Amino acid sequence: MAIRRAMSGRIMDRTAVVGAQYMSSWWRSVQPAPKDPILGVTEAFLADQSPDKVNVGVGAYRDDNGKPVVLECVREAERRIAGNLNMEYLPMGGSVKMVEETLKLAYGENSELIKEKRIAAVQALSGTGACRLFADFQKRFCPDSQIYIPVPTWANHHNIWRDAQVPQKTYHYYHPESKGLDFAAMIDDIKVISLFSPQNAPNGSFFLLHACAHNPTGVDPSEEQWRKISHHIKAKGHFAFFDMAYQGFASGDPEKDAKAIRIFLEDGHHIGIAQSYAKNMGLYGQRVGCLSVLCEDEKQAVAVKSQLQQLARPMYSNPPVHGALIVSTILSDPDLKKQWLKEVKVMADRIIGMRTALRGNLEKLGSPLSWQHITNQIGMFCYSGLTPEQVDRLTNEFHIYMTRNGRISMAGVTTGNVEYLANAIHEVTK
Amino acid sequence: MDSVFASIVQAPEDPILGVTVAYNKDPSPNKLNLGVGAYRTEEGKPLVLNVVRKAEQLLVNDQSRVKEYLPILGLAEFNKLSAKLILGNDSPAIQENRVATAQCLSGTGSLRVGAEFLAKHYHQRTIYIPQPSWGNHVKVFTMAGLSVKNYRYYDPTTRGLNFQGLLEDLGAAPAGAIVLLHACAHNPTGVDPTVEEWEQIRQSMRSKGLLPFFDSAYQGFASGSLDADAQPVRMFVADGGECFIAQSYAKNMGLYGERVGALSIVCKAADVASRVESQLKLVIRPMYSNPPIHGASIAMTILKNSDMYNEWKIELKAMADRIISMRKQLFDALSAKGTPGDWSHIIKQIGMFTFTGLNSDQVAFMTKEYHIYMTSDGRISMAGLSSKTVPHLADAIHAAVTRGC
Repeated sequence: MAIRRAMSGRIMDRTAVVGAQYMSSWWRSVQPAPKDPILGVTEAFLADQSPDKVNVGVGAYRDDNGKPVVLECVREAERRIAGNLNMEYLPMGGSVKMVEETLKLAYGENSELIKEKRIAAVQALSGTGACRLFADFQKRFCPDSQIYIPVPTWANHHNIWRDAQVPQKTYHYYHPESKGLDFAAMIDDIKVISLFSPQNAPNGSFFLLHACAHNPTGVDPSEEQWRKISHHIKAKGHFAFFDMAYQGFASGDPEKDAKAIRIFLEDGHHIGIAQSYAKNMGLYGQRVGCLSVLCEDEKQAVAVKSQLQQLARPMYSNPPVHGALIVSTILSDPDLKKQWLKEVKVMADRIIGMRTALRGNLEKLGSPLSWQHITNQIGMFCYSGLTPEQVDRLTNEFHIYMTRNGRISMAGVTTGNVEYLANAIHEVTK
Repeated sequence: MDSVFASIVQAPEDPILGVTVAYNKDPSPNKLNLGVGAYRTEEGKPLVLNVVRKAEQLLVNDQSRVKEYLPILGLAEFNKLSAKLILGNDSPAIQENRVATAQCLSGTGSLRVGAEFLAKHYHQRTIYIPQPSWGNHVKVFTMAGLSVKNYRYYDPTTRGLNFQGLLEDLGAAPAGAIVLLHACAHNPTGVDPTVEEWEQIRQSMRSKGLLPFFDSAYQGFASGSLDADAQPVRMFVADGGECFIAQSYAKNMGLYGERVGALSIVCKAADVASRVESQLKLVIRPMYSNPPIHGASIAMTILKNSDMYNEWKIELKAMADRIISMRKQLFDALSAKGTPGDWSHIIKQIGMFTFTGLNSDQVAFMTKEYHIYMTSDGRISMAGLSSKTVPHLADAIHAAVTRGC
């Protein structure tokens, strides 16, 4: 029985290396992959020895000392969790409690849609995982559809829909001259892309929208503009998919940051939403998020949820429990939830403060350029307008790290480095 | 507005996870869940290992710990230690930097990332999996873009290995085809090749240039010895050839829901491993960006601390021993009842599962009349049994086998 398992060193000594050593590697022709444009920045920053180095690359929040932050409400939740519960598999759709609380944030505390059970929702691996699950779902059930992605967008969006094998197109979004929204061109793109045009399949097109704090530009439509966007997308029968990675982080108020979504819901769209707790709860590495799809009725929601689970099963079977437990512990305890809301506002306020400081410093230096966009834009990122060459100079001469599209993570700006940063930007742009 | 998804039909319950769903709905006080392979104590409770609790406390108490994103490939130290766990501390492949390892989401995630890599970079798009295999294997490989074929494995007449059939089918596979091998404690049958049989499999596969993809979900759980259970993998790596290995800590560290695992790709040369590693990142980034930190931190804490590592080995052996004891008790109970048939496979098979040989009608009968839940292929999770519940199961099997004969 178990005897056959006994280690048998004899057999290995005797064994002739049959075939294996005479074959070359299967992977000879595998090329080295290019570094991830965003995550590669932090790698380079970590390798830099300069005492002046500044990391305004990856979008992870830092306090005014440049240190990562674990929210107090999270620490408390972890204290309560540790040692109390088992580590059994979650259902494929994840933590029911966590998902319930998460839907309230997006759809509204007293949402009729939630009461009517019309929302198919599953726990996902943060924002990335939620987008990927949706992309796979879109591919499987609307195989002829395409995804329209704003220019620019988070680089990984392109990878996600590509790996899901959904053809992608783009729509106008950022207006480089004004460093704001190219609203007219965006509306034109929505109108021109018709549900029934010969080029488009009958299933229609899917639009990826950033719910708030657009990444990488920080440029969000106004409420008025959102209403018009909603109107035109509806007129063309397109599907609106929201990536909401920064709820609470943009204005400091999660309800306010969900405005675009609420407008679309009022207008009767059946939307999809990817939500992430990476930034607003500081749970980055825990990979906690949620994918939801609004359906016509409860029956359809049950069907859609079951299909989402079918896509999760061959990817990771069921999602990780720890981060979800932190979220549900916080959101289901009124005191902890209140504390969380306070802490989110502190983070958002600090960033807004840094925007003001950076712009102020540049103007004080007598920069000939306009830096209004720094305070017009919102959320973690500022699309500075710096060229790749200017960014390279910032890195090589000043040890300042950001992505080459000129995106500055304001979360990395502190009262300690804002002057240095302003000086450097002034140097490379004057 | 009409939903674009209006025509979607509800998917059937997952055949494995759906068993627990049904079990949970059953109000009977005698119900027994022998479905999903999650370890249970003698009291039928889930178990968090003491050493895991210790590691967790260390982490919680460490105020310096933050929750930042891990690198795409996960915790580097965890990866190194995981490779050592399966390949051996002194493995030349590791010393020569020929192993590319990525922290992934348990066994499933490791298999999926490996399969997507293969679909992207390998010249052969077919993977051969044993008949039968874990129900989710087909979906994982198909979603990744591979096509799935079977090789003979389980012999229903002997309830053991169909070794001849296995060799024939692998011998007939096209050169370079990918072959999925269960490193130990085959799921669902519990039937493992002997060391001698493994050696023949290795020789045959290497001579045909077949690419081994090991699924190692039960290291330490099968025999109680981490090294013994890793033998088949180490035999393949010792010959200098390449292979893929998906490791899971779900069962052997009881970390189930934390989703802790690793994919290792053993390459012929260090520069190849380095390039492979870089390409793995491109597979992972559009899937979930980077892996979850909590569970892997626990595992790493245990693996790198020699006292905790030894504690773990002891607790792991205790779990394996309890399962072996359940096998004996069930076998003895059926023998005592004189249940018709040869039930020796219960003690010959190894690991968490027993392939009882019961057919789906018998299974349905046992569920309906005895409230015993298992997958319809007759697979029972021995981990779900206790000394108290063995008699109930023996009664049910006896009734199922003798009814309406």
